[in-house]
Amino acid sequence: MSSLLAAASFETPTIEYDQLAPIIIIFGVAVVSLLVEAFAPRQWRRVIQLILVFTGLAASFAAVVMIRGTQHIAAMGSVAVDGPTLFMQGSILVLAFIAALVMAERQVDPLGDAFAPRASALPGSSDELAFTQLGWLQTEVWPLFLFSVGGMLLFPASSDLLTMFVALEVLSLPLYIMAGLARRRRLLSQEAALKYFVLGAFSSAFFLYGMALFYGYAGSVDLSAISDALTANAGSMWLVVTATALVSVGLLFKIGAVPFHQWTPDVYQGSPTPITGFMAACTKVAAFGALLRIMYVALGGIRWDWRPMMYVIAALTMIVGTLFALTQTDIKRMLAYSSIAQAGFMLVGVIATNQAGLSGTMVYLVAYGIATIGAFAIVTLVRDSTGEASHLSQWAGLGRKAPIVASAFALFLLAFAGIPLTSGFTGKFAVFTAGIAGGATPVVIIGLIASAVAAFFYIRVIVLMFFNEPSSDDSVSVVVPSGFTTLAITISVGLTLVIGLVPQLILNLANQAGLFIR
Amino acid sequence: MSTFPWLLALLVVPLIGAAIVMFLPKNSPALAKQFGLLVSLIVFALTVGMALQFVTAQAADFQFTYSFSWIPAFGVNFALGVDGIALVLIAMAACLVPVVMLAGWNDVDGSQGSVRGYVALILVLEAAIVGVFAATDLFLFYVFFEAMLVPVYFLIGRYGGPRRNYAAVKFLLYSLFGGLLMLASLIGLYVVSARITGVGTFDFTALANLNIDPDTQKWLFLGFFIAFAIKAPLVPFHTWLPDAAAESTPGTAVLLVGVLDKVGTFGMLRYCLELFPDASRWATPVVIALAVVGIIYGALVAIGQSDIKRLIAYTSVSHFGFIALGIFVMTTRGQSGSALYMVNHGFSTAALFLIAGFLISRRGSRLIEDFGGVQKVAPILAGTFLVAGLSSLALPGLSSFVSEFLVLVGTFERYRWIGVVATLGIVLAALYILLMYQRTMTGPTPDEVGERVTDLRGREVLAVAPILVIIVVLGFYPKPVLDVINPAIDRVMHAVNASDPAPEVAPVAEGTQP
Repeated sequence: MSSLLAAASFETPTIEYDQLAPIIIIFGVAVVSLLVEAFAPRQWRRVIQLILVFTGLAASFAAVVMIRGTQHIAAMGSVAVDGPTLFMQGSILVLAFIAALVMAERQVDPLGDAFAPRASALPGSSDELAFTQLGWLQTEVWPLFLFSVGGMLLFPASSDLLTMFVALEVLSLPLYIMAGLARRRRLLSQEAALKYFVLGAFSSAFFLYGMALFYGYAGSVDLSAISDALTANAGSMWLVVTATALVSVGLLFKIGAVPFHQWTPDVYQGSPTPITGFMAACTKVAAFGALLRIMYVALGGIRWDWRPMMYVIAALTMIVGTLFALTQTDIKRMLAYSSIAQAGFMLVGVIATNQAGLSGTMVYLVAYGIATIGAFAIVTLVRDSTGEASHLSQWAGLGRKAPIVASAFALFLLAFAGIPLTSGFTGKFAVFTAGIAGGATPVVIIGLIASAVAAFFYIRVIVLMFFNEPSSDDSVSVVVPSGFTTLAITISVGLTLVIGLVPQLILNLANQAGLFIR
Repeated sequence: MSTFPWLLALLVVPLIGAAIVMFLPKNSPALAKQFGLLVSLIVFALTVGMALQFVTAQAADFQFTYSFSWIPAFGVNFALGVDGIALVLIAMAACLVPVVMLAGWNDVDGSQGSVRGYVALILVLEAAIVGVFAATDLFLFYVFFEAMLVPVYFLIGRYGGPRRNYAAVKFLLYSLFGGLLMLASLIGLYVVSARITGVGTFDFTALANLNIDPDTQKWLFLGFFIAFAIKAPLVPFHTWLPDAAAESTPGTAVLLVGVLDKVGTFGMLRYCLELFPDASRWATPVVIALAVVGIIYGALVAIGQSDIKRLIAYTSVSHFGFIALGIFVMTTRGQSGSALYMVNHGFSTAALFLIAGFLISRRGSRLIEDFGGVQKVAPILAGTFLVAGLSSLALPGLSSFVSEFLVLVGTFERYRWIGVVATLGIVLAALYILLMYQRTMTGPTPDEVGERVTDLRGREVLAVAPILVIIVVLGFYPKPVLDVINPAIDRVMHAVNASDPAPEVAPVAEGTQP
């Protein structure tokens, strides 16, 4: 076929539909889902959307499995379909599936699901009350969710900076909106959305500017072309260093690394909790995928120049995340700072710049993502009359009110703390081993000390749940969710244990993923 | 040798037992306790069966080995095996668990946690203890080392005394901090092994045969040693122990101080010395100094305690000083004394904690000043307490004497003045034990004591009698245990490249004038 095309007077772009199938399926379903919003009758929308979302995610995952082993740069050099890409796409899809289960829940809140019935209604207005009383459900969140997942699938696969930027925007814009959709505490939610949007826009601008400088240096935005230009030592080193710094800022913002983490606690706290879980888990996988690709493919040749910077950022991220988490009294903010600290641990894998670092970071991402979605799913269950009871004091004695839920939460906390036989330990061990092998011993030691400090605040919550007397506030209760959340939590608990007890399965997958193609 | 996977059975049986306990009906705590006791007795029987199969002549080698590949990506095997030292420690643990179950029959009835939870946690802990002593893969050892914390943490935090939260968290943080230092060293060791042999491994024997350069050894040694020194505990890492022991139930205190803390000294003997011989010799002066300070300091602080359980905890700080001293003087006698001491200390401390627990639960107070004249109202209780105390102060004829004597002889052979100073510990031990006995058991009997303190009941006698028998038997005839320990000690001595100092005076033939 290509020979036929070569005969033509111009080269027609080739699109490998099969290799891009995971991404195309999700975007296709997203468009259909949008049409459903426009044309389907209101009472049918929720059912149709749920069917679309879950079959879409499953189909896309099946496509990832079908094209495993592919090593090809598709779509005219824009999308790299290789082992790490497929591993991350698979992870994102699995995590998104679990997150979607939590989002689909509508039994825990007597008013409906987690989302405002009409995002456009002013908070506290009579319109809002009317929509609530009508029992309307927000279903626009599903197309937004799908577009965001699509962007996330593309982000770690992008083989040039322009595609990467488009993916970044496609994944981010729906997230900004979804952050503002909370049914309860709407002002907080809208504030979170605005903050996320403004800061996100800034970071996108940084990324864009850095991309422009790379183009100025290498004459191309293609990652391997940049790498070649660096090998040829083509132009001013200052240009490269500035460009690297600017592009890194954009990505480190999405990861939530210090000092670009300021948005994390506010956004995690304000967003509807199912969305918080989704974005904490999936965005991090996608963003780390992109960061790893840039650092390993385009900038692998000058790693001695960017590694010192990343040393400092990783160390700062671990220290700041841990220390601030210690002082939190709100469970969502605590989890937010904990996720900052976790990002620091994962950066150790990025610094390692070896195969073990890549696979270790990927394993860590999966372990962290699963525990995160599970933990936020449990946060949605602990409620009082005004919504979620997120103040830590309200969690006291939860172990006696609801031993199973509290035990599951304790398991996720132990996984975050990296206690052996949980998934978190597997991830930490993989990343730290790679770090020492890659010569980053001081950062690993800081990481271990930070782990010890971090264990304190995770365990403080366990103490609170199991050893303290229940709070006098009787209104706090653990609601019984429908099958959706129950399934999500069950899957999360199961995977957390499996990755902890039989880590070989996922380590094999990550190791077979191999290296990035260039 | 039979092919029955003894060690795996020892690991799995308590775990299955714990799982079954959790499914027993909630409203019949007695059933949970009976079942728990049954499981622990099965484990004990299995241990006896295994010990009978143990080939004493090859006690330096790992026996009953069992291995399968667990995480090939990291070179981790699920590998179990015991040498002589590990065998006697597992036997001690398997012996103490049923005793603890029986002695603490009613300890948790009124507490906030459920009885079946308590039984299940003890069984899980027993599995972890077997695992930590039997692991021959360092990764697996680390996993059990950390996994051990979880049941103990809940045992203290849910079933303990008034300040249990504080004690549980303090225990956990100290241990976790040590554990993470060890993890750093463990990863470092793995990377070093990958650098030297090309393939990273956690296999103990393979790692012990590596020639790691001395400077790297020092760093790796420190991570392991500090973790073990916290666990053991050595001064100045000991402050968690009195709190944890005082706030936990007597049974938990026995398992914590008597068995769990042995992982620290066991780790020093097996892992620090054999993996990092150069670094161990390098660290010897500091460790010996810490050990001697621990012996004297622990004893002095014990004398000043007003709380019976804290007093016993501090006596253990002193005894752990002896154990660490014996290990690091690098003589055969010192080390085999230490290994034997680990066993003896387990039994004598168990007896002290359990009998003190009987006393405290009757009177409802832990303070020494609230007692007096108990021997008049409860002669059997007072008598058993005296025997346990005398064992703790190393009276000849009781088991601790043999081990303490060996440690002191081993020390004297190499460091005469250290031996002299350490001997002071024995004098002080007599003070703290006998003063406590005098204040609680003799003299006039206060009314509260007369009314509340009754003598030991049949179940309680049944629980402590086996321990006292063991104490006496090992006091007169320690040979079976020493025979099992000594080959393994020779292996350690060989690994650290140490030999016993030659006697300074030539042996004199009998019947001649020097």
